[in-house]
Amino acid sequence: MENSKVKVVLGVIGADCHAVGNKILNYALNAAGFEVINLGVLVPQEEFVNAAIETDAKAILVASLYGHGEIDCRGLKDRCREAGLGDILLYVGGNLVVGKTDFTEVHNKFIEMGYDRVYEPGILPDQVVIDLKNDLGL
Amino acid sequence: MKNILLIDFGSTYTKITAVDIEKEIVLGTARGITTVETDIMEGLNQALGELFSKTGKLEFIKVLGCSSAAGGLKMVAVGLVPELTAEAAKRAALGAGAKIMGVYGNELNEYEIKEIADLNPEIILLAGGTDGGNKEVILHNARMLTTLGKDIPVIVAGNKSVAPQVVRILSESMTEVVHTENVMPKLNELNIEPARETIRGVFLRRIVEAKGLNRANQFVDRMVMPTPAAVLKAAELLGKGTQYESGLGDLMVIDIGGATTDVYSIAKGDPTKNNVALRGLPEPFAKRTVEGDLGMRYSATALVRAASVKRITDYAEVSEDDVEAYVKKVEENIEYLPQNDVERKVEIAMGRVCTCLAVERHVGQLETVFTLAGSAYVQKGKDLSEVQTVVGTGGVIVHHEQPNEILKGATYSESTPTMLKPGCPKFLIDEDYIMASMGLLGEEYPDIAVRMMKKYIVRR
Repeated sequence: MENSKVKVVLGVIGADCHAVGNKILNYALNAAGFEVINLGVLVPQEEFVNAAIETDAKAILVASLYGHGEIDCRGLKDRCREAGLGDILLYVGGNLVVGKTDFTEVHNKFIEMGYDRVYEPGILPDQVVIDLKNDLGL
Repeated sequence: MKNILLIDFGSTYTKITAVDIEKEIVLGTARGITTVETDIMEGLNQALGELFSKTGKLEFIKVLGCSSAAGGLKMVAVGLVPELTAEAAKRAALGAGAKIMGVYGNELNEYEIKEIADLNPEIILLAGGTDGGNKEVILHNARMLTTLGKDIPVIVAGNKSVAPQVVRILSESMTEVVHTENVMPKLNELNIEPARETIRGVFLRRIVEAKGLNRANQFVDRMVMPTPAAVLKAAELLGKGTQYESGLGDLMVIDIGGATTDVYSIAKGDPTKNNVALRGLPEPFAKRTVEGDLGMRYSATALVRAASVKRITDYAEVSEDDVEAYVKKVEENIEYLPQNDVERKVEIAMGRVCTCLAVERHVGQLETVFTLAGSAYVQKGKDLSEVQTVVGTGGVIVHHEQPNEILKGATYSESTPTMLKPGCPKFLIDEDYIMASMGLLGEEYPDIAVRMMKKYIVRR
């Protein structure tokens, strides 16, 4: 039954319109048995939070591909805490910063910002599914 | 001869329209004072007397009524996230023709319960959570509502997973608890039709009786719906038409009153430009919004505050003192009509500003987003820029000498380029003030209602 599926919120944050990866992740997560609440592209932070509250989602998956990820993603964890979603899983991935910055640096920066997992470009959806299942104890 | 009598028990006047459905003509209209406090039949008989004095005695094969008497259908909407289920619940209630006393989101607290008790709504619509989504908040809110200390009908339209529990909790202290489909079964999916129907059912069963409208029952065959729902129905018929009678296409209806301004739109409102991303809650095809601070008499001061005096003086080309003096006059005496040129100018400007602000709050907005790949657009709400028809109804517009001047407020303005208002629509006037009646007639004779509206709602 659809309603017993674990729900996850998916979207591309900020002023970013890149839709292809979003569609692929949507497909992969669905196929893996999750109910995906896909907010699509150009999604402000508050919409991720509102969607998660109303649907009782267990994770928020944020993508950013246009290099402004750091600015757009900062503060999402605090918003979640503020909204009573302190325990929700936050994943982020994509081309999070401009240029060829060392990924370890990027990784640490986003972990510090409160994200539970940070993915570098080129990661396959399978890895995200595996991590989600592990983190949620499924 | 097949005559039907259509009655609108309004807050001030009881308006009646007699139609011949064979000839498809309006035989006559008349009005009396609404006498809901004493015996509603008094005002109705007064109106009938006036009607018969014009038309001669008429026999009716059917009498249908709608009502906004005694303050209209007062409702409170409760949801979870203010922009999501609380907004969806509000829209369902508006679509059912209700007067929204308050909208509440998240977990209700004791203060809010006290507030709701003081507002004393006639129906509470309780939503919250998508299907399978958040359960705790709607359960909490149901428990809180049982502490209201009042027996108010509650309609439950939230997360279906806990709906039976919610109904059980509420039933402990409320006599009438009705369950219907979730107003938002999935995120950003609006499903307000079932809630609308349920509200209407409760209105007919409970409210009609509570308001003493049932005293008219011996005369009226069926009290069909609240008046704004009848206007919405008429607008929808006029826009969409029926299987056999074509409609006018996308349209808007403006109804300015003494206390509120209602705006209706019958249109999908999809983006009309390329490269536009839609955001926010989907919009109902037939949408109604009500502005409680925009009105020509009771709300005159509120209107000036919302619009700023300058906006009115700019249109009217009069001084600020003239505006303030006029506002004071009409609020003290709501029957007052403009007596000289200056007052007429102020009256028109107030109407224009009512229309302008009410439409700006109704239509969607377009924001430009600058991305690395150039600019893109984000649309929130309905794009009504290509709507071709704007209909004016309601006492203020219908009885006005220059209704088009008032309706011009509905059109696109370069000073507010992000508002998706109609570009260059034609204006039609509901000359004989029959829209609510046609909504009633349309329940049983949709084709006739569409043809009659096309005949009687015209350019002036």
